[in-house]
Amino acid sequence: MDLPVKANIMDAEELRRVLIRIAYEILERNKGTQDLVLIGIRRRGVPLAQRLQKIIEELEGVKVPLGSLDITLYRDDLTTLTVYPRVQRTEIPFDITDKKVILVDDVLFTGRTVRAALDALIDLGRPKNIQLAVIIDRGHRELPIRADYVGKNVPTSLKEEIAVQVQEIDGVDQVLIRELPQEAQGP
Amino acid sequence: MMAIFIRGGRVIDPSQNLDEELEVLIEGDRIAALGRDLSPPPGAKIISAHGKIVAPGFIDMHVHLREPGYEHKETIATGTRAAAAGGFTSVVCMANTLPVADNVGVIAYIKEKARKEGMVRVYPVGAVSKGQEGEEMAEIGDLASAGVVALSDDGRPVMNSLVMRYALEYARMFNLPIISHCEDENLANGGVMHEGYMSTVLGLRGIPAAAEEVMVARDLILAEMTGGKIHLAHLSTAGSVRLLKEARSRGIRVSAEVTPHHLCLTDKMVETYDTNTKVNPPLRPDEHRQALVEALVQGIIEVIATDHAPHAQEEKEQEYDYAPFGISGLETAVPLVITCLVLPGQLSWSQMIRAWSTNPARILGIPGGTLAEGSVADVTIIDPDREKEVDSQKFYSKGRNTPLTGWKLKGWPAVTIVGGKVVMEEGQVLE
Amino acid sequence: MALARKDLLGIKDLTPEEINLILETAGPMKEILGRDIKKVPTLRGKLVVLLFYEPSTRTRTSFELAAKYMGADTVNFSPAASSVEKGESLKDTAQTLEAMGADAVVIRHRSGGAAAFLARTLKAAVLNGGDGMHEHPTQALLDMFTIKEKLGRLEGIKVAIVGDILHSRVARSNIYGLTKMGAEVRVVGPPTLLPPDIEKLGVKVFFRMEEGLEGVDVINMLRIQKERQERGLFPSLREYMNLYKLTAQRLKLARPGALVLHPGPINRGIEIDPEVADGMQSVIKEQVTNGVAVRMALLYLMIGGGK
Repeated sequence: MDLPVKANIMDAEELRRVLIRIAYEILERNKGTQDLVLIGIRRRGVPLAQRLQKIIEELEGVKVPLGSLDITLYRDDLTTLTVYPRVQRTEIPFDITDKKVILVDDVLFTGRTVRAALDALIDLGRPKNIQLAVIIDRGHRELPIRADYVGKNVPTSLKEEIAVQVQEIDGVDQVLIRELPQEAQGP
Repeated sequence: MMAIFIRGGRVIDPSQNLDEELEVLIEGDRIAALGRDLSPPPGAKIISAHGKIVAPGFIDMHVHLREPGYEHKETIATGTRAAAAGGFTSVVCMANTLPVADNVGVIAYIKEKARKEGMVRVYPVGAVSKGQEGEEMAEIGDLASAGVVALSDDGRPVMNSLVMRYALEYARMFNLPIISHCEDENLANGGVMHEGYMSTVLGLRGIPAAAEEVMVARDLILAEMTGGKIHLAHLSTAGSVRLLKEARSRGIRVSAEVTPHHLCLTDKMVETYDTNTKVNPPLRPDEHRQALVEALVQGIIEVIATDHAPHAQEEKEQEYDYAPFGISGLETAVPLVITCLVLPGQLSWSQMIRAWSTNPARILGIPGGTLAEGSVADVTIIDPDREKEVDSQKFYSKGRNTPLTGWKLKGWPAVTIVGGKVVMEEGQVLE
Repeated sequence: MALARKDLLGIKDLTPEEINLILETAGPMKEILGRDIKKVPTLRGKLVVLLFYEPSTRTRTSFELAAKYMGADTVNFSPAASSVEKGESLKDTAQTLEAMGADAVVIRHRSGGAAAFLARTLKAAVLNGGDGMHEHPTQALLDMFTIKEKLGRLEGIKVAIVGDILHSRVARSNIYGLTKMGAEVRVVGPPTLLPPDIEKLGVKVFFRMEEGLEGVDVINMLRIQKERQERGLFPSLREYMNLYKLTAQRLKLARPGALVLHPGPINRGIEIDPEVADGMQSVIKEQVTNGVAVRMALLYLMIGGGK
């Protein structure tokens, strides 16, 4: 669906820089790549995590393990949906126990997706810690969750939608603020 | 009894080759006069039959009234009311009661009950074999003197050909026809529907057409051999028709009947697993149905009979395999045949009336089947224009087991007169 | 995406799109089965009733595990199944289940149409776990999932289903599913064990293994029951084995690397040689695992969301 675009708040170049900065922050905070793993939340967290993996490899010469997580089965809103979300594959081809897991997603909003992702990760093993990296934090949290790495804080209204678009899925790297139709507003 | 004057109807009486607008005068329990420009005697009840068909009373020569023994399915009281509502003036009731109608006691019981509680004429059938076990002949002489009009183990076949042979021979001295339920139980093999494409799709055990045809062939051979009088019940296959045609062309003493459901419905209806489509013989594919219609039109099959087989609701509300066979047919039979065959022009009115009145009366030697002056005043009046949706919850029969619920049928019986008494008017049975 | 239906009664009713959706959802479910903690909270608070009128350890256990792995509660309800002493009617049982608050009922019954009967009576989702000779949709789905996983596709492949086709709900469901997905299906068995007009379902009929197995990609062997011989459908098990047992020799008639499936339980040495059942080409054990995954997918797609 093509919603009216209110603003383009990040272009490809800016996104590239944001990812580089986040990569540096991750390396700094974790003092290198020891025990580090990247897990992208489907769908757009996955290509973003891939890019972080590549940047870290360029910086450190180490290929950090990369996985992807589908949180559909952990969602807390399934019974309220009329259209079933398509379940996709979780691919984490390594043991996360005692690892430092960097969970990667495009937007942090209510925090419910992250909550689901945390539950899903715990079912897969017992990581040493879990850190959260997002491109956009748009506020309106409904759970006590915060991000460790944020590309950009964007105050938004509930009448808006944040669309992080990536080359791999959308054919373009950019972040848009779009206007939601009246009936779809709200968290 | 008040005289009845039926005015303005189209009188169709195949026994007199009549099909014209005539007045009918009934006095007492007899047809007093039939003609043009008659005038009603003072005080007569006048029935206006303009636009309607006036026919000799319909006789259903294959009905299960269930009494004695299965009163939860039907009783003589409810079954005969269903008959009256359906336009029938006489019913012939089958012997598979509990106890089986294989002795004078049960026959007398049925006749007495029918006299007291019945709404139409009831003619009992006696069993061919003791307990309908198919082993030893029942006391046919006794049954004859008790007044049975035919012999039948209907519901079950007489599997043993020797028993059938003796019964055909023995029954000759009483001039009683044997009504044969043609089914080879071994070939039927526990089936619950017609064996064919639909049974393959539905994964239900099939009853092949051959299960009927093998027995039709046997019965025809035995009828020829013994000279006995045989009537083949509820034929359902094209093969049976071929065999019957051949036998009749050689003058073998045989008659046969077909049910409205085999004339009008096919095994496609089983698709929903509606147990009301479970009937024996089973509904067959359309090529069989067409052969039956053709045989009826050509007079090879002479009789339409409902095989009215009422069951309690909870008996039918089961898995298809477990539900009993049978369709409650009395109250839908006439409009079903009219809607499916008469109105589209496949079967003429007089062919239908012949098969449902004239012929059964002749085959069984019972009163009725004619409107000739002096004959019993059994009359069925049909309204060919009346359209109504089938609602089994409004049946007089206890058996609500019809697959036709919700069907819009046209051509309902309007009046039923039995022995000069109006027992049904506009669908309402008059107590 | 959801299945736009309350019940799963048979494969005959499904569209190819629905079959694809189920198979594609089963993939991620299989991943869960490989975890140490095989449980997701998706169906928390939902009740799945397993109503089994016929003994069936495999299907019942598979459904039970699938429901439990998805976080649902399960109740086993196994009424005495003899047709002579039936006890409570299916209709009354259905009302009891409704009162218990079942969200889904899995039914296994010896009578064709029993699942349809239950589905008409219940508001809950009804999953057919095998009804008489009619259908066994989840078995066909897991068979198709297994074939697709191994061969990469269903379209254009040749599948031979061998044995007692007449009494087999597995065969019927597989025929519907595979033909819908563009596979070529052959049935192989003696004429007495082939249902009438089976070719109208779009299959090729073969009486002999030697012809039916020629060049196929998949062989699905059906279980033969001793009872069939007692009913006179074939003269002896010995002769049946001579004609229809899948041996290593006969397996060579199929394409190299062809898959061997069996819905189980296997009559070892009767319809299939142990060396074939346990051999390289057998995927019989995988079928069991895939069965759980497919049933998880179905439970998610049928009762995972709102009403």
